[in-house]
Amino acid sequence: MYTYSEYDDAYVRRRVAEFAQQVERRIDGSLTEDEFKPLRLMNGLYLQLHAYMLRVAIPYGTLDSAKMDQLAYIAEKWDKGYGHFTTRQNIQYNWPKLPDVPAILEALADVGMHAIQTSGNTIRNVTADHFAGAAADEIEDPRPVAELLRQWSTDHPEFQFMPRKFKIAITGSPNDRAVTKAHDIGLRMVRNEAGEPGFEVIVGGGLGRTPMVGKVINEFLPKADLLPYCEAIVSVWNTLGRRDNKYKARIKITVAENGLDTFRALVEERFAEIRPEFTGVDQEILASIEKEFTAPAFRNATAEAFDAAYGADPVFRSWADTNLAEHRVDGYAIVTISLKAHGQTPGDASADQMRVMADLARRYGHDELRISHEQNVILPHVHKSDLPLVHAELLRAGLATANVGLISDIIACPGMDYCALATARSIPVAEQIATRFDELKLEHEIGEMKIKISGCINACGHHHVGHIGILGLDRAGVENYQITLGGDGTETAAIGERTGPGFAYDEIVPAIEKIVETYLKERESAEERFLDCYRRVGINPFKLALYGEDAKGRARAA
Amino acid sequence: MARAFTPKVVTANDLIEGDVIYLTETDQWTRHHNEAELIEDEAHAQLRLLFASGQPAKVVGAYLADAKAGPDGPEPVHFREAFRAKGPSNYAHGKQETRA
Repeated sequence: MYTYSEYDDAYVRRRVAEFAQQVERRIDGSLTEDEFKPLRLMNGLYLQLHAYMLRVAIPYGTLDSAKMDQLAYIAEKWDKGYGHFTTRQNIQYNWPKLPDVPAILEALADVGMHAIQTSGNTIRNVTADHFAGAAADEIEDPRPVAELLRQWSTDHPEFQFMPRKFKIAITGSPNDRAVTKAHDIGLRMVRNEAGEPGFEVIVGGGLGRTPMVGKVINEFLPKADLLPYCEAIVSVWNTLGRRDNKYKARIKITVAENGLDTFRALVEERFAEIRPEFTGVDQEILASIEKEFTAPAFRNATAEAFDAAYGADPVFRSWADTNLAEHRVDGYAIVTISLKAHGQTPGDASADQMRVMADLARRYGHDELRISHEQNVILPHVHKSDLPLVHAELLRAGLATANVGLISDIIACPGMDYCALATARSIPVAEQIATRFDELKLEHEIGEMKIKISGCINACGHHHVGHIGILGLDRAGVENYQITLGGDGTETAAIGERTGPGFAYDEIVPAIEKIVETYLKERESAEERFLDCYRRVGINPFKLALYGEDAKGRARAA
Repeated sequence: MARAFTPKVVTANDLIEGDVIYLTETDQWTRHHNEAELIEDEAHAQLRLLFASGQPAKVVGAYLADAKAGPDGPEPVHFREAFRAKGPSNYAHGKQETRA
C-alpha cells in the first residue's frame, strides 16, 4: 500500500493548520458563512440537515488496519460511535462539531488520510475495483495508476475551479466492478494485440438528473500516455464545459452537445500539445508507486479447515456461498463483509465493528481492507484455512450477514435522514425491503439482485444502474418513489427504465414485492437472473403487476 | 387578490454543532420547533429573518419555513421540516437523544 512521502505528509499537515485557522476565524466572527463555506467544502466539511458532515477520502477504497482503527477512534472520540461508508468509497461522519474538525483532520493526517477534494468542483476521490490486486480475472492491479491519478489531481492548479465536479473510476479487470461507464472518465484495463496492457478510456458517463452510459473515446491507450491523455480530457472539458447552467456542466453534457467525434478531436489536439511536457517523470513516479503495491507474501497451506467447516456448518456454508469471491492465488479467497444486516442502515459500521475488521485484516488478511462502492468492506486476501475463524469473529460482531449480491445487499444514499439535498428518505426504505424479504425467506431463491436507492435526483444511490432502482421524490409535499427496472452498472451497463407513476412511502415495499413475484413467475429457471429475465420479457409484465389493467393509461399520464 | 400568508417560523443551523434551531419571540434560539415564534404576518416575517441573518457568529443559513399552530406550539407543515425538527429515523440521535 502507498505510504505518504515527507512531501505528502507536510502538504496534508499544512492544509490542516490552514483550516484550523479558518475555523477559528469563523467561530470568532471574522469570517462570514459565505466566506467560510467554500473553505470548509475544500476540506470535505458539509452542513447537512441536523449537523455537520465530514467526508473523508479513502483513495481507491484501500485501507490498512491502522487506518481503519483510526477511523474507529475518530468515530468514538468526535462522532457518535459509527461511520457511514459511501458509494464513492469514502467514509462520512454525520455528527462532528465545527470546533473539533481540525483535530479530526489532524488525526487523519497521522495515518496518511485526508478530506481534501471530497467536495467542490475538483477531481474527486479516484475510485477503483474493490477486488483490485486480488481478483482472479484481473490483468493488472489498477491501484498504482489510481494513486498516480490521485497525486496528479490533488491540488492540480489547472483543475481547482472547473465547471463542476469530476469523477474517475478505474478497473484492471474485464468484469467491471467499478461502474466505470457511469463516471466522467472510466478506465478499463485491456490488452492490445501485442499483449501489452493499456486502457480503454470511457468518457461522459454519469448518473444524476441526466443519466448517460459513457462512450469509448479511446479503445487502447498505452499506460505511458495515461496522465497526459486524462489531462487533455479534463482540460478540454474545463474550457468547453457549460458554466452558465450547473445542470449542463458535467462532461456527459459537453460530450453529448458537441458529439463524441468533435470532443475526441479536441482531446487529441490538446494531447498532442501537452504530451511532450510529460518527459517521463510521471512514469518514474509510477514505477516507484508500483513497488509499494507488490503482492503480499501468500502462503501455501492446505484448505482442509475450510472444507471441514463447509461440510459441517450450514451457517458457514451459506456465508461462504454468498460472501466469497475467487482469488487469483490458489488457496486464497476474497471476503466481502456485508454492512447490510437486515433492517440496519446500509454502509454503517460501529467503531467496534471497524476495530474487528481491522484486527481480522491484521491477523488473517495481509493487513489489507477495501471499501466497495456497494457499501461493503472487503478483506481481499484471506487464506481459505483461516475462513472459519474469520467467520466466527464476524458472527460475534454482527458482521456475518450472508447476503452479498442478494436482494438485501442494497445500496442506499443517506437520503432525507441526513442529506440537505434529499427530497425523500432512502435508509428506512432499504431497511424495510431487507427486513421484508428476510421474513419471506426468499432472498436466496431470488438470487442475484441489485436494488439501489437514491433520495434525490442526484443519484448518489446509483438507482439508474440498479436491477431495481428506487428514486425518492417530493411530490406536492409527500414522499413519492419512482421505480426503474433493468439498470446495470457492469461492463454491460444500462440505464433502468421507469415503470410508470411513483409509489407512496407505505406502498413502495409492496410494489417491490410485486416485481419480485412477477420475476419468480416469469423466469425460465432458477438460473435465469432477474436482469436476464427482465431483458427477455421486457417491462410489460412488471407494469401489469404494478398498475393492473390500466397500466398503459397510467403510464401515459405519468 | 393576494394569496393568504402561510404562517412561518425562522429556522437555521447552529454554527458550532450544526443542530437545527428556531427563533423564539424573545429573540432567543431554541432547539425545539414548538417553542418557535409562529409568525403570521409577512412583513413581520421579513423583519425576523433579517434579525436572524444578522447573527452570523451564531447561526448558519437562516430561512423562513412554513408552519402551523398546534396544541403545544408551532408544528412543521412539510415533511422535510418535520424531519429537521425530529432527527434521523435510523437512530435515536440528535434531538431524540436530548429529549429522551
